Amino acid sequence: MIVASLAFYMFAIVLVGAAVMVISAKNPVHSVLFLILAFFNSAGLFVLLGAEFLAMILVVVYVGAVAVLFLFVVMMLDISFTELRQGFLQYLPLGGLVALIFLAELLLVLGGFAISPQAGTRLVSPMPTPETLSNTHALGQIIYTHYVYFFQAAGMILLVAMIGAIVLTHRKRTGVRRQNISEQIARRPSDSVEVRKVQTGSGV
Amino acid sequence: MPIAAVPNFAIAAPEMFLAGAAMALLVLGTFLSDAKAARTVSYGCIAALIIAAVIVMALNNGSRTAFGGVFILDGFAVFMKVLILVSAAAVIFMARDYLARHDIDRFEFPILIVLATLGMIMMVSANDFIALYLGLELQSLALYVIASFQRDGTRSPEAGLKYFVLGALASGMLLYGMSLVYGFAGATGFSALADLFKASGGAPIGVIVGLVFIMAGLAFKVSAVPFHMWTPDVYEGAPTPVTALFAVAPKIAAMGLFIRVMVGPFGDLGGQWQQIVVFIAIASMVLGAVAAINQRNIKRLMAYSSIGNMGYALIGLAVAGETADAAVRADGIRNMLIFLAIYVFMNLGTFAVILTMRRGGRMVEEIDGLAGLSKTNPMMALALGVFMFSMAGIPPFAGFLGKLYIFQSAVQAELFGLAIIGVLASVIAAFYYIRIVKVMYFDAPDEAFDGPISMEMKTVLFVSFVFVTFFIVFPTPLLTSAAKATTSLLGG
Repeated sequence: MIVASLAFYMFAIVLVGAAVMVISAKNPVHSVLFLILAFFNSAGLFVLLGAEFLAMILVVVYVGAVAVLFLFVVMMLDISFTELRQGFLQYLPLGGLVALIFLAELLLVLGGFAISPQAGTRLVSPMPTPETLSNTHALGQIIYTHYVYFFQAAGMILLVAMIGAIVLTHRKRTGVRRQNISEQIARRPSDSVEVRKVQTGSGV
Repeated sequence: MPIAAVPNFAIAAPEMFLAGAAMALLVLGTFLSDAKAARTVSYGCIAALIIAAVIVMALNNGSRTAFGGVFILDGFAVFMKVLILVSAAAVIFMARDYLARHDIDRFEFPILIVLATLGMIMMVSANDFIALYLGLELQSLALYVIASFQRDGTRSPEAGLKYFVLGALASGMLLYGMSLVYGFAGATGFSALADLFKASGGAPIGVIVGLVFIMAGLAFKVSAVPFHMWTPDVYEGAPTPVTALFAVAPKIAAMGLFIRVMVGPFGDLGGQWQQIVVFIAIASMVLGAVAAINQRNIKRLMAYSSIGNMGYALIGLAVAGETADAAVRADGIRNMLIFLAIYVFMNLGTFAVILTMRRGGRMVEEIDGLAGLSKTNPMMALALGVFMFSMAGIPPFAGFLGKLYIFQSAVQAELFGLAIIGVLASVIAAFYYIRIVKVMYFDAPDEAFDGPISMEMKTVLFVSFVFVTFFIVFPTPLLTSAAKATTSLLGG
């Protein structure tokens, strides 16, 4: 078990360090790279908890798509992050106070949290036992069987979102010069080169 | 919940057909040339909606569930689905002319309407909170997009954005309520919840709080007071055919959902929700009647009119709340369904007239623009006059019978306050409906509207005119189908 605790502390320390660096790095590109590091380490924590499906999703979705998208956005936008960070020290006391209040409230809520004894008895679908079934297996068993209707409906919603985004933003531009390969190949010297006789001494 | 080797999803055939048709038409639209795409896809979508309605009617055979009980098809769902599908098809039909004239004739418009309709028919068939929410989101998302379809103007994107922000808030409230109900009851299925509340003879306070949140979300979707703020702005800003759609199909779907959620899982908690329904019904009727008096824009007027009408319809639901007599409860739901069906026809007809109000190539939206219509276009003036008298509830038109049935139910259930306020609000509302008739018949004529009226408008106008005028002679088909729908909902 010593390996597991070592791995936990390593992931946790790197995660917290990377998270601090995300908000404190001067260069926004570095921030995004630290964000990716943080995602990887939280994926490691998920694996330690036995939630391997969430870990893989985190890597595939957040690292593979979201972080890369962030990177593009950060590189394309011309935002001076140092300006945004001005006045950081000025607001620190107030922000810190709010954070402390939140922390105290969170501790109070978590301290008083208890699972109702009836909660387990009212479940409509029985929970799979973790010893015999992996996460991914359990999800796969339910998502295309009991939940197939929800799954398909969610697919239709995403389709609508896609159509909507295209309908509302796509514009046909006039006067765009597009490459027409057949036209280029069919070009003859006579189309573009004109031979003129210029009289000597009279200019063009 | 075990599932069969081959799940029985034949009863979801209309949904599957509509989804497939929407995707196929989307592909077709991208490959056709711009000139042909919009027209072909529009008629394709109308055909798909009609075929789906036919499939729905063919499947009308008792109450059955599919997908592990999350999807239900009963007589009630069939009744609502047919109304929704027909009104959506009518709106696409009417929109053709408007879209072409305003340079927004793109093939995505009918497809988004079909997808919104798919969401609506999924809503009325929902037998589980997750299914309900997914259907609702599918509908809302498509409606947000078509509200801002005229994206080059300023008003249409504004309407779309307002609708989106407020709609997202309402969805959040609905979802919060559902999560509370799930947290305290441990189930999302309507049948499981109904059994649970019946067995325990009541519900923990958390479920009641969740129920209130769910009702707030649903009241937003039917635009009942106090969640009506978005309605006038969105109705005014959205392109007119979209406003016509908003006034009919989503209202029917959301009302269907409202009825199903209240009498289904929460049927045994009638005493808890009846007072809320009574309050929003009264508030909607009064606001719909009073706030519309000062409106000069006919689309805003129709928005307040729809708020008021939703108030009348909710009386039927209030009757179904806590009334000792089961027959009176059933009558409340039946009369509500009749009222909604009549409401659809009156609105489609009125919007067909509004869509033809065009002068010099521009849409006329002021009520004064109708001045002297009886001289310039007597047929249209007659039709609009009939719709207005019907909405005001003047015999012998259909709207009178709709209101009469609703108020009768309220009296039978001994909700006298509701009935009296309803009648008073109806009298106040009659003022602005009949003012339109006065403007058309007694004011000095303005210039004539641009002609000729397109074939599509004439058809919709004629069908709704005939329905509204002759409903009193042949009321039986609607009455019997509404009664059947009610029996199947309440488990006969």
